[in-house]
Amino acid sequence: MTVIAWIAEGTWPACVDAARAHAPADADIVLLHVAGADSPAAGHGAYAGLLGRGRLDRDPGTRLEELAATSADQLLRAAEERLGLPCIRLERHGHIKHEVVAAAEGADLLVLARDGDRAHPGPKSLGPAGRFVVDHATCPVLLVWPHPVPQPGAVGIKDASK
Amino acid sequence: MHTERPEDRILNTALAEALSAVLLLLVLACAVVRPWGLPEAVVAVPAAGLVIVTGAISLDHAQAEAERLGPVIGFLAAVLVLAQLCDDDGLFRACGAWMARSAAGRPRRLLVQVFVVASVITAVLSLDATVVLLTPVVFATAARLGARPKPHVYACTHLSNTASVLLPVSNLTNLLAFAASGLAFTRFAALMALPWLAAIGVEYLVFRRFFGTDLDAGAQAPPGDEVPQVPVFTVVIVACTLGGFVLASAAGVNPAWAAAAGAVVLAVRALARGRTTPGAVLRSAGVPFLLFVLALGIVVRAVVDNGLADSLGQLVPDGTGLPSLFALAGLAAVLANVINNLPAVLVLLPLAVPAGSGAVLAVLLGVNIGPNLTYAGSLATLLWRRILREHDTDVDLGEFTRIGLLTVPAALALAVLALWAGLQVVGA
Repeated sequence: MTVIAWIAEGTWPACVDAARAHAPADADIVLLHVAGADSPAAGHGAYAGLLGRGRLDRDPGTRLEELAATSADQLLRAAEERLGLPCIRLERHGHIKHEVVAAAEGADLLVLARDGDRAHPGPKSLGPAGRFVVDHATCPVLLVWPHPVPQPGAVGIKDASK
Repeated sequence: MHTERPEDRILNTALAEALSAVLLLLVLACAVVRPWGLPEAVVAVPAAGLVIVTGAISLDHAQAEAERLGPVIGFLAAVLVLAQLCDDDGLFRACGAWMARSAAGRPRRLLVQVFVVASVITAVLSLDATVVLLTPVVFATAARLGARPKPHVYACTHLSNTASVLLPVSNLTNLLAFAASGLAFTRFAALMALPWLAAIGVEYLVFRRFFGTDLDAGAQAPPGDEVPQVPVFTVVIVACTLGGFVLASAAGVNPAWAAAAGAVVLAVRALARGRTTPGAVLRSAGVPFLLFVLALGIVVRAVVDNGLADSLGQLVPDGTGLPSLFALAGLAAVLANVINNLPAVLVLLPLAVPAGSGAVLAVLLGVNIGPNLTYAGSLATLLWRRILREHDTDVDLGEFTRIGLLTVPAALALAVLALWAGLQVVGA
């Protein structure tokens, strides 16, 4: 049995905890992180907009790609440490929501955290990427609240960090 | 082939205009396409030579253009060197450490800091510094905090355009306008301060809302323990350079000298300490880029002289009333979005200068804020990158365009309004 936990910046600890709590003892746990192509692309685009600077070695988009790979690796190591169980780290990059759906194909469970407005329980608590994955994933999905979890009926619960 | 007799010029005008227009399109196309990765100057310099040899631009005009662009290019080179030496000395790294330390765990706080740092860096060390040197630092800072990097990286790329309206040094477009309009450095800054703040304010409000969920996702990583090591000497030299701009301007000296002095002081110190090499300093000046700017200026001048001035002159509103300022800024933004803001400002400046400083500054607001509409700075570049399908195949163009549409018209409108208000107070 394969359980995939989608590790995303900001909300991943809840996914790791849920994977630990709900995965059977003999399950293969996969920690999945997708580095979005959008930030490096913004760097490439901004540099392309500077007409006449044609030195490709200065393109910040390339540097952002390298940094994204490093930070994905660090994030997955932190998640592995929190999980405290044997697991497989899986790094992908590209269009985030499509990559998650593709990676989850054939898995037995996908764990993801709500990535929208967490102060108001309801449909907006799923962001566009989360919504897409829930709608398109072909495997069973376990949807969890990121920490801190809102209490039933409560509205306006704000993250203490804000 | 070249003569100064007017009857010959009249006979040649249509042909000369066609030739210069074709050459301009070729120069711009090669700058966008970058065939075989060659520097843009490889096509631009021969093209400039051709318009001179064929008489499409008179030698006098070419010389006048070169004399006008010379100090601009020197100024630009000094600022590029200054920014690179600031980076070598750890200024940007210190900015990152400071942001990481005081934003710990709070992405919204980080966004405020990114806005402050990117706006100041862009204004003082030019948009190149923000795009090339600051953006990677901001990404690394967000990643270190465990925050989603997208809002902060996008803020850098947007502010490299929007926040580049404040000082003549902030953007090459400003330097060109500064040289053409004869505005004093301090007057330029005084008139652009309010538009700068207004445009940044609009960007900030839109970003907070647009990226609300990304910012609310929090940041899990423990706060960084890296103590920011501010390169005090470098900061003092940059501050002195800024002061030098004001003094030089007041004394009637070209402020480019202040930039050159700042760059020389930092370069000598870095060389003496073995932190850089003469070759690296020369490379950071971007000589091929400077040649490209000079050549592009001459080719554009040929196009403008041979008829574009007449046809575009009817489109360019005169006067510096609020409607004229809006029209000018809008026209400039559209032109910048079609090809690029560099040729746009070169074409529009000769037409806007006679209308006064208000018109020139409105053009600058348009060409500087406008490029945020398309994520690659212009439709031409965007189309080419799509055709090439390089890097960007996974990019959500819809999102880029949505945030452009939300920020650019509002920021531009408010900035023009602020400019108009400034003109009423400071006087046109």
